[in-house]
Amino acid sequence: MTRRVAWTVVALALVAGSDPMLAGSRLLDWGSDPIQATVRRSESAPTRIISLVPALTEMLFAIGAGPQVIAVSSFDQFPPEVASRPKIGALLDPDVERILSLTPDLVAIYGSQADLRRQLQRASIPVYDYRHAGLADVMTTLRDLGRRTGHGADGDAVASGIERRLDEIRRRAASGPPVRTLLVFGRESGTLRNVYVSGGRGFLHDMLEVAGGVNVFADIRQESVQATTEVLLARAPDVILEVREGPPLTAAQAREAVATWGRLASIPAVKAGRVHVVDGTGNVVPGPRVAAAAERFARALHPERFSR
Amino acid sequence: MTTVRRRLWIVLPLFAGAAAAAIVLAPTVGSTSISLSRAFDRSIPWAENVDAQIFFVARLPRVLAAALVGSTLAASGVVLQALLRNPLATPFTLGVSAGAALGAMIAIAAGLDLGALGVSSVPLASFLGSIVATALVYWLARSQRRGLSTNVLLLAGVTLNSFFSALILFVQYLADFTQSFRTVRWLMGDLDVGSYAPIVAALPLIVLAFAAFAVLTRALNLLSLGSDAAAARGVDVARAERLAFLSASLATGAAVSLAGPIGFIGIVVPHLVRLLVGSDHRLVLPASACFGAAFLIGCDLVSRTALAPLELPVGIVTAMIGGPFFLWQLVRHS
Repeated sequence: MTRRVAWTVVALALVAGSDPMLAGSRLLDWGSDPIQATVRRSESAPTRIISLVPALTEMLFAIGAGPQVIAVSSFDQFPPEVASRPKIGALLDPDVERILSLTPDLVAIYGSQADLRRQLQRASIPVYDYRHAGLADVMTTLRDLGRRTGHGADGDAVASGIERRLDEIRRRAASGPPVRTLLVFGRESGTLRNVYVSGGRGFLHDMLEVAGGVNVFADIRQESVQATTEVLLARAPDVILEVREGPPLTAAQAREAVATWGRLASIPAVKAGRVHVVDGTGNVVPGPRVAAAAERFARALHPERFSR
Repeated sequence: MTTVRRRLWIVLPLFAGAAAAAIVLAPTVGSTSISLSRAFDRSIPWAENVDAQIFFVARLPRVLAAALVGSTLAASGVVLQALLRNPLATPFTLGVSAGAALGAMIAIAAGLDLGALGVSSVPLASFLGSIVATALVYWLARSQRRGLSTNVLLLAGVTLNSFFSALILFVQYLADFTQSFRTVRWLMGDLDVGSYAPIVAALPLIVLAFAAFAVLTRALNLLSLGSDAAAARGVDVARAERLAFLSASLATGAAVSLAGPIGFIGIVVPHLVRLLVGSDHRLVLPASACFGAAFLIGCDLVSRTALAPLELPVGIVTAMIGGPFFLWQLVRHS
């Protein structure tokens, strides 16, 4: 049982970008030094890259290193080009034999994959070591990956482009009063049980701030918080943003979300009809799509200033 | 007989009083400070009254769910320990909770989005799982001879537990990370029900089970001496065992589907109560039900305040309080 819990918790971590929720548990707090690139000697840019982290895969394609990527993790779905790459496992179950047989010259792994790192180092295969962190770290990683893969200029350009876009969103959002916001990224359908919200650290929290929201759970220095009914009522947000990763919601699902929150009638967001569902994909991946996601948040928070 | 009756009149009000006090006092405490006079002030519109919502939507359903689940698990523990003549039996020994867990895991992993009567898919699926497990164990234990074989019951239950646990691992392995985390969290127990509907849905079955327990107390006393001794004193052993198994299992299934498999209550509470009131089931059963309610309400109070505004999963609290307390009692009384 304990073992199972431990494994699952570790697994969560990798969710590679596809999930902040796992990152939630305190067990997953890795401290303040999120990104370390294990720079190994490389005379020339790698041409056979394997990425085990979906967020890194997205970044590699965004900076033009896509053609060098020869295999990706089993959770990769974006960009569409990954469909043509072999899938070689993920956080918990990397297929080491397969990875070695593909003779990569750079493997991007998640920081908790210590065994894999050791095995790759024994095989003298360079490793890019990565952990999820804040929004600014997305840009740092983009630049860093650019330098590692021979796309330094592209990495800089993409990172600066995202920074400019985020600044623009921040500027437009800041022209109005800040909005006390609850950012929800998971709950049991049809009920208010197992409600997971963004705490005061991590890229989702940072994106909410860019979008002009004041996180009502900012004081809890965790990426993910399981919020009880009582605390939700007590924090009384003005807006509830519910992020749903996946295909766009049907009208019935959108109504369900709004109706379910209606049970907590005293929350200002409920009274004012400001429960917004942000659906679609890419909203919870700390990769090159963060600016688009932040803009979706901003549009929900300040519809008057972010008309399409 | 008369002494037992006299003790019943002394013991029961004490335990019932403790449970009632817990139910009344627990909702007044929480991670937020609220004004009770405002909470009960009906002149303030509902949508404006945060205190009333915290009291009636957040806290009261939790406390009632804790009372219901705590008393059910404790009483089912008593019944199964007597039925199996095994002091280590718990409501989860016979595979019921593993079946319930498997149902919940499948609902979470498959992202099932059904619901009925204000109850969402996870509790429904977990209750269904507990019924499947109960039916399987019952069928296995019956196939040997007329009536139930308690040995086969125990073996079938334990084996089914392991088998379901393996299936649970399989489902978790196939699930994506978010879902895996939710399944793990479900196993830690959670009483934050957020509305009365799931409590009302679980209630009828639990009331029926308690009615069966009440009928069974004398038979359980005799059954603990052995089935032959019980039969010699006029107990219809097969019928009593069947009723005990089915009522305890279904009540446990309802409790687990409401709050997840909260451990330790079903074993710690009955033993503590026996240390306090002796082993007569006419006393142990009602006293355990009351004490189980008070105990889980207390543990849930710790769960929602210890790390506030975060929540400490209640299954962790029951284990951390229940385990050492139980050991201390054992040492003290041995």
